[in-house]
Amino acid sequence: MTTITLRNLRKEFDDVVAVNGLDLTVRDGEFLVVVGPSGCGKSTTLRLLAGLETATDGEIRMDDRDVTHTEPKDRNVAMVFQNYALYPHMTGRRNITFGMNATDSFADEEIDRRVAEAAETLDITDLLDRKPQAMSGGERQRVALGRAIVRDPDAFLMDEPLSNLDAKLRIQMRAELTRLHAELGTTTVYVTHDQTEAMTLGERVVVMDDGRIQQVDPPQALYDFPTNRFVAEFIGDPAMNMIDVAVEDGVAVHDGFRIPLPSGKTVDGTDGEWLDGTEAEALADPDAGDRPTAVLGIRPEDLYPARDRPDLGETTFDATVEVTEPLGDSLLVHCSVGDATFKMGAEPRSSLEPGGTVSVTYDPARLHLFAPETGEAFYHSATAPAPAGRIDATTND
Amino acid sequence: MTDTIQYAKRRFEAVKRSIVGDRDEESTLLAGREGNAGVHLQLWFLVTLVVFPIFIAVVVSTKQQGIVTSLPDLIPGTYAVENYREAIVDYGFGRFMWNSLLMSVVVVVGKLVISVLAAVAIVYYRVPYKDLVFLFVLFTLLLPVPIRFVPLFQLINDLGWGNSLLAITVPYLASATTVFILRQHFLSIPTSIVETAKLDGVGPVAFTLRVLIPMSRGVLVGVSIIMFVYAWNQYLWPLVIIDSEANQVAQVGLQLLQGDVQGGQLSWSLVMAGSVLTLLPPLALMILFRKPLLETFAIQQK
Repeated sequence: MTTITLRNLRKEFDDVVAVNGLDLTVRDGEFLVVVGPSGCGKSTTLRLLAGLETATDGEIRMDDRDVTHTEPKDRNVAMVFQNYALYPHMTGRRNITFGMNATDSFADEEIDRRVAEAAETLDITDLLDRKPQAMSGGERQRVALGRAIVRDPDAFLMDEPLSNLDAKLRIQMRAELTRLHAELGTTTVYVTHDQTEAMTLGERVVVMDDGRIQQVDPPQALYDFPTNRFVAEFIGDPAMNMIDVAVEDGVAVHDGFRIPLPSGKTVDGTDGEWLDGTEAEALADPDAGDRPTAVLGIRPEDLYPARDRPDLGETTFDATVEVTEPLGDSLLVHCSVGDATFKMGAEPRSSLEPGGTVSVTYDPARLHLFAPETGEAFYHSATAPAPAGRIDATTND
Repeated sequence: MTDTIQYAKRRFEAVKRSIVGDRDEESTLLAGREGNAGVHLQLWFLVTLVVFPIFIAVVVSTKQQGIVTSLPDLIPGTYAVENYREAIVDYGFGRFMWNSLLMSVVVVVGKLVISVLAAVAIVYYRVPYKDLVFLFVLFTLLLPVPIRFVPLFQLINDLGWGNSLLAITVPYLASATTVFILRQHFLSIPTSIVETAKLDGVGPVAFTLRVLIPMSRGVLVGVSIIMFVYAWNQYLWPLVIIDSEANQVAQVGLQLLQGDVQGGQLSWSLVMAGSVLTLLPPLALMILFRKPLLETFAIQQK
């Protein structure tokens, strides 16, 4: 059981800054997912944790131990790789025991017992005498997991372990990983580029971009209260609509619509003060002139054709249907209003034709405002107080 | 009711698709066979072209005189046993073959050991300017042994190695080609495997012996065979540095076979018997290890 603390962690490759001043605490026994687009520094961070890369600056602590410059083998972490990294010439059992044999720190009976135990947990007993060549992708990944858990490491580091599996198997393994973590309770850092994986697996999710942490929060908080445009657009599929608006008298004003901003919560107010639309206006850029004073963010799933949701209130606006994409469980409608385009989720069998006009309504509790220059969120209309974990997360222990 | 109708329709479509699909498959298969016939014809032609001289050598080695001037001369003679016995026993060809074998094995083993160590160092260790070092190793390709004959001759004699196994093996122990091939192969091994070993605390020696070498078995065998044939075919250097008959190698021994020219009567059948004998060890290796050899040098489809 281990708490991992990163302080101002920095990694440069020649003139590229891969990780730029990371401060993060991975709590004891936590399943932490690091997500971000490729090149955001998430894999480098994991490799720094493993000791496969040397930090340019900053500090890594595991509990009270400073491991910043410790050799990988002395960190007692186990890593699971995207390509499984099994030794092709060894059987499953040999793959699992090879590392344990190498260090001489385990007696033979101990090894046998642990292998049997891990094989039981992962249901790979019949794979032990097979070589990787004779295993499917899922089976290989299980053996690789087995190799990681037999050593009873202080932390698991997983680098996109499911990306090479097909969609169905991936979902199955996802559930399995969750179960495994519940069973073992080992601190886990899991890197992925897939936001669905991040949301489903993580107790907390770290969103990274450009070598920096954008936000650390439990999945739902990430979805409900993104701290900036990057997180808002990265989490959620299809991505959040972003429309340039002016904020006047607590109303988001656009050529095609006027959306009143209900009382909400400011991200900026460190004491967690509540903010109404008028105050949001004060935070918006008053000297913007012709430029938009704010960017309004609404998720496609929070927009509805007005006739589907008469309960949502009287504020509606008309938009032109451009394209419709049936997704089976819903219909994704691309609309335009004035110079803005947005996507909207509609009932799957709605009769919306391209070129037609649709009256659009929205969930007033799900509005977000972002500063046009910095992209920082300064207003969320959600009135629900943030869960305890979130307050914790912003201070980051 | 509608469900049933749709099912029937769907089933019909499926059946139709599978029938049409099958027919398509069959026709491409046939086309493949026709194409294969052409390819086979070409292969036969090329193989015949390559094998014909060897065939003649084998035929000649069974004759008394061994002059081939017309087609009927291609019928094997009856002097096979006699000729081979004379070459092996009377001319000491068995001894030459043994020396060649010893030389080749020592060269191959030495090359492998040195090259594996060099490639491991170049690929897996943080050596300053290692690309430059590797480039320097490649540069030695521009300076093959024959160019160094004169100073090498001097050096070997100064060391007192003349006439010994050391003289014909040590100069060939370093091989830029082998280092290059192994380096490329090691680079193709996923880094995650190396990193797993690192995290597991597997040391460099254990990693090389238990992971790297088993994973490179095919390449190592392939390279060994090429190197064996190369060493086996050494002629000029042994001729220069070895002057006692007891230590001479087979390729030079061939030359000695035709040394016995009497009145312009060169005994071609003896020379050919010797040639066929020298051909056998590399041929046996090629046949035995053809699979790893092909794997090593075939273009890999990825």
